[in-house]
Parts: sequence; structure tokens; C-alpha cells
Amino acid sequence: MLVCKGDTHLTETIIHQSEIESPGSSVIRIVGLQKQFLAKLGFWAAIRGKKVVIRALDGVSLDIKTGEIFGLAGESGCGKTTVGRAMLRLIEPTSGSIYFKGQDITHLSDKGTRALRAKMQMVFQDPYESINPRMSVYEVIAEGVRINKKILGVDSEESIRQLVIKALELVQLSPPEQFISRYPHELSGGQRQRVAIARALVLQPDFIVADEPVSMLDVSIRAEVLNVMTDLRDKLGLSFLFITHDLALAKHTTDKLAIMYLGKIVEQGESGEVIDMPFHPYTQALIAAIPVPDPDGRKVEVFVGGEVPSAVNIPSGCRFHPRCPFAKEICSTTEPELRRIEGHHQVSCHFYEEAYAKFKIRSKKTYLP
Amino acid sequence: MYFSTREGDVHAVDDVSFTLEAGKVLGIAGESGSGKSSIALTLLRLLPSNAKILGGTVTLDGQDLRNMPESQLRKEIRWKRISLVSQAAMNALNPVFKIGDQIKEAIRSHTEISDIVATSMVKRLLEEVGISQDRYSSYPHELSGGMKQRAIIAMSLALDPEIIIADEPTTALDVIVQAQILVLLRSLQRSKGLAMILITHDLSLVAEMCDKVAILYAGQIVEYGPASKIFHDPRHPYTMGLIKAFPNLESKKQRLISIPGAPPDLINPPSACRFVTRCSFATEKCSAEAPPMEQLDSEHESRCWYAKEIHI
Repeated sequence: MLVCKGDTHLTETIIHQSEIESPGSSVIRIVGLQKQFLAKLGFWAAIRGKKVVIRALDGVSLDIKTGEIFGLAGESGCGKTTVGRAMLRLIEPTSGSIYFKGQDITHLSDKGTRALRAKMQMVFQDPYESINPRMSVYEVIAEGVRINKKILGVDSEESIRQLVIKALELVQLSPPEQFISRYPHELSGGQRQRVAIARALVLQPDFIVADEPVSMLDVSIRAEVLNVMTDLRDKLGLSFLFITHDLALAKHTTDKLAIMYLGKIVEQGESGEVIDMPFHPYTQALIAAIPVPDPDGRKVEVFVGGEVPSAVNIPSGCRFHPRCPFAKEICSTTEPELRRIEGHHQVSCHFYEEAYAKFKIRSKKTYLP
Repeated sequence: MYFSTREGDVHAVDDVSFTLEAGKVLGIAGESGSGKSSIALTLLRLLPSNAKILGGTVTLDGQDLRNMPESQLRKEIRWKRISLVSQAAMNALNPVFKIGDQIKEAIRSHTEISDIVATSMVKRLLEEVGISQDRYSSYPHELSGGMKQRAIIAMSLALDPEIIIADEPTTALDVIVQAQILVLLRSLQRSKGLAMILITHDLSLVAEMCDKVAILYAGQIVEYGPASKIFHDPRHPYTMGLIKAFPNLESKKQRLISIPGAPPDLINPPSACRFVTRCSFATEKCSAEAPPMEQLDSEHESRCWYAKEIHI
């Protein structure tokens, strides 16, 4: 159901990207991150060595606080995974800065990055691919500890074992003594993904990037992985970047949510706000397109036509304008800035008020009894 | 229907019965390995060579499809009366032929229609599914995922079938493109009075599209009935669990609930209820004896000993 709050006065202040900083201690913050890839597209280009520039990230800023699950959503190719990888310094950004607990890590040396790796971990999409099938659960989890012995201050095999058991307890694979000798093929998909989380956890990180952690799993077992994630946030104050294409899932598991389109964040805020009061026409189109598991509920609607254009030819002005039902002349010439509307809620659209007013009317007609 | 493998026979589909009425949409929903796609392939007899159909019947308007000679099935049934839009269809387009020619080929190899007439038929079909005529000469790599799926739908409609079996028709697509395809399928289904079987793992698609629903678990239908009954008054613990585990965009933020455990091994399926190890209502009776399909009312059936007593 859509929540409408009477006639709230929407006050807006234009903020610049470097100022997107709000109180609360931030674990990781990126400012104006850009990433461009050079690619040879097509047969003749490959032969002639002609390259094109793909603007995968085009000025992305976000700030993840301690004990927060931050959702990053968008369609395939919008750059969500690139954001996660850049945060962990797995790829070099073209420009922009990354701060981990206030420290600028954008240009940290290889050695410095290695020390940081234990503090920032990643959980991958496919637990059938990301875990070595020849290693037992114990070896999978202990491997990282052995590599980071000095940082973690462990010396004996017994203390490694203690850490592994503790990690398995945290991901609710109990009794852990029974699981350590198992091999991946003896585990269900949900259990494998929890082993992958344990492998990240054992290094005592402050921050984990979870890239579509449940999209390969059946619906009936997704919750066991997601609830482990929310429990870790509540118990240990861990922070997550939760990359997903599923807004319904994001609503129930994340605290904040950012929507990306073609390498840019178009809207962000508290997850409930973004989904129940979507200001950006693109967010609105995504929401209207999601089917609801209720045969008597609203039906999907197509707000926008076409498909996402290629990141090689990003449209001028607002990158969404060729598909946007509210687009006017200014949209094709001037790129809207990400503006703060109320609280944490930010949107980059010249005409979000008009779009939201129309959306409210449509939703009342179709959603409310 | 069993698959023979080195480890033994996999009982992929076991005692599945349903009826598809003309002009209606039936949803078959289940998780990976539950036998959804095997059902589709069994209906059209497109199973791989290691599969055996051990029993049961498939009839179309009284005609027996299971024992029909292969040549007759190919000439009279496939494409003409029943077509398949499958999960892999998007990648089944031949990359070196123009999409228009591929659709034309489907028409010409099943009928005596002349080249010129077939070409104009294809152009009309493309328009009907929202692809402009001048895309006739495009190659598959020049089309986006959504366009390829539209081309496949055009091909499935080419010979005016009465039934479309859509096996995960939108799984690989992004949500906005998925909505475009769903809206297209729904309008074609209504305007042509098509009957459709929608096979999916996604309960929300079933709610969106279907009149009747069959919930599949470990090769068996565990609950079968009108969509509104399945979603609002489910009478099988697995259906109940699935609905609770499925995130709804419009409900309040809440902790999702998973179903503990994993589906049984289908090489040696238990002689008891197949859901017993994961069920919170299970009693001794459930592990001793497999429940039959129980009729709750004229349209609603559930494979649970306690179907009449349990409520969500």
C-alpha cells in the first residue's frame, strides 16, 4: 500500500556532491566516483584497434553508516556491481574518492590495500561458483584466517579453529562442529551462501559488499540468508552494501536505498520512503512494473517504453529524458543535480513534484481500495 | 515421468493431473527441480532420450497426444495447436539468419503458404508484438533481450495456436521489460482467446496472470485451485510457507520467513508425504503414509492430511 502524507511542504536545498554527508559515523563514503572502461566494440573495431569509452560510473556519491544495510538497486548494466568493486579497491576508479572510516583509501598502495581487505569483504552472487568444491567448510573459512594471521593476531591452529567455529555460529549453521567437515556438495544453496558469509565474517570486517546474495537461491530459502545479514547488523553493528535488482526484497531487508540508472544515482533515501513515495519517474516506473503476489491486487503497468540505452551513448542532459513521460526541453540540455527533498530523501529530477503528484493519483486509482 | 541417470531413476514428475480450459491461464509454480519444465516437455513429447513416460494420459479435445504418431504430432499439433515459448527460446534464435526469415521458416515448414504471403504474415505478426516491420531483416544480435523475446512470441503465434505454453518467459529480463512482455502476453491472450500455461518460480507472476494455479513440490502437485483461493486461503503447508517467504512490495517492512530444510532426493522419494521433513504441522501419520489429493471444494484440492484443518 502507498502511504500518502497529506500536503507536506517539500522543502528543498540544493546540495553539492561533496556535501552529501550526514551525521552518524560513516564506514565507507564515496564521493564523485567515476569509472570509465575502454572497449573495442564489434569486429571491425577490434581489428582496427578503435576503442570506445563506456562510462560505467558517472559521478556516484554515497555514504554508508555503521550498522546499516544500504541497498543499491537498478537494472542490469546500471553500474551497481562496479560501485561495490570500486569500494573494495578491486577496480581502480577513473576519478573520485573513497573514504574508509574517514581515511582516504583511493590511492592506497597494494600493501596498504591488503591490510584493509580483512576489514572490507565481499559475498558473491553464486555460492555454487564462489566456493571451492574440493575444500571442506573448515578449509574454506580457515584459508582467509591463515593469509591474514598477523592482522588477526592468531598463531595456533587451535585459535584458527575457534574463529571458524565462532563464524559458523554467527551464520546460524549449528552445530558448527558438524558442519566443519562437510564439503560444499553436501550443503543446500542457502547453507553454501551462509558459508560464504562466514568466510567473510571470520576476518572480522566492518563492512561487507553482498552482490545479489540470494538471486540464485529458491524463494523458500532466501530468508535464511537475509535474516543472517540483518542479525549481524543488529548484533555486531556490521554494515552492508546490498546490491540487488529486486525492490521488494530491498524494501524488507535494507535501511537505506539508492536507485541507479546508467551509472548515476537518481534517487536515494530511507528504503520505505523511496519505495512508498518514489519521486523519480524512473523509480516510479520500476515500482509500477513489479508484480504483486496477490491476484486481487494491482496489475503491472508500463510507465516507460524502450529499454536502457548503451553506456557508450549516454543521452545529453538528464540521462533518463528520452524515456521519461515528464520530459521537457530543459531535461535534454541540463543534467539535474541530486537534491535533498526531506530527511535523507534525495532525487535528481527537474520535475519530480509533477511526477510524484501524478504517481499519487495513479496509485490511488489502482492500489487503494 | 522418470529420467534415467547413472545414479538411478529420477522421479521428476509423479501423478500430476490438471485441466486447461479454453481461453484460460493456468499457472504452474514451483522451485528449481520441482518438475515444472519436465511437465511442459511431456505435454509436447519433447523429452530427451533418457526420459520415460511410465503412465498417465495427455488429451487435447479428446485426442490422445501421448500415443499419437510422432509425424502426426509434428504436423498437426506442435505450432498449429500448441506452441512453446521457453526459457531458452531467446537464445534459440539462429544468429546467422534474419529474424523475419526465421519466423517465415516456421510458417513455411508447417504449411503450404507461399513465400510472399508468408512474408506479409510475418510483418503483421511483428507489428502485433510491438516490433516495427523494418526490423524484419535484423539479425538476433541487433535486438535487445526484450525484442528477442517478442520475436519468439511472434513465432509462437505464427500458426494461430489455441494453447501457448510459456516456460519462464521473462526470467532473464529486467523488471520494466518484463512488465512490457507481461502486458503484451495478457493482451494477446485476451484478444485471441488463447489458453495459456505459465510455468514459473515467481509467485507474483502467477498472481499477475493466472486464473488457476498448480503449486508443484518435488514432482507432485501439492495444491491446485483458483488463484484467489491459493493466495488468500492456501491449504497446503508448502503453499503457506512459499507465500510467507515471498516479499511483497506493498506490505509493511517485515522479517521474511524461510522454509527450513531442502526438498527430498527424487531418486528415492520418500513413501511418506514429500514435504514431511520441512513441515511444521507434520504428525506421525504424515511420515507413515503419503497423503492423496484431497478435494476441498469443487475447484480446490490439496495434498495434505490436514488440508481441512490448517489455515494461514
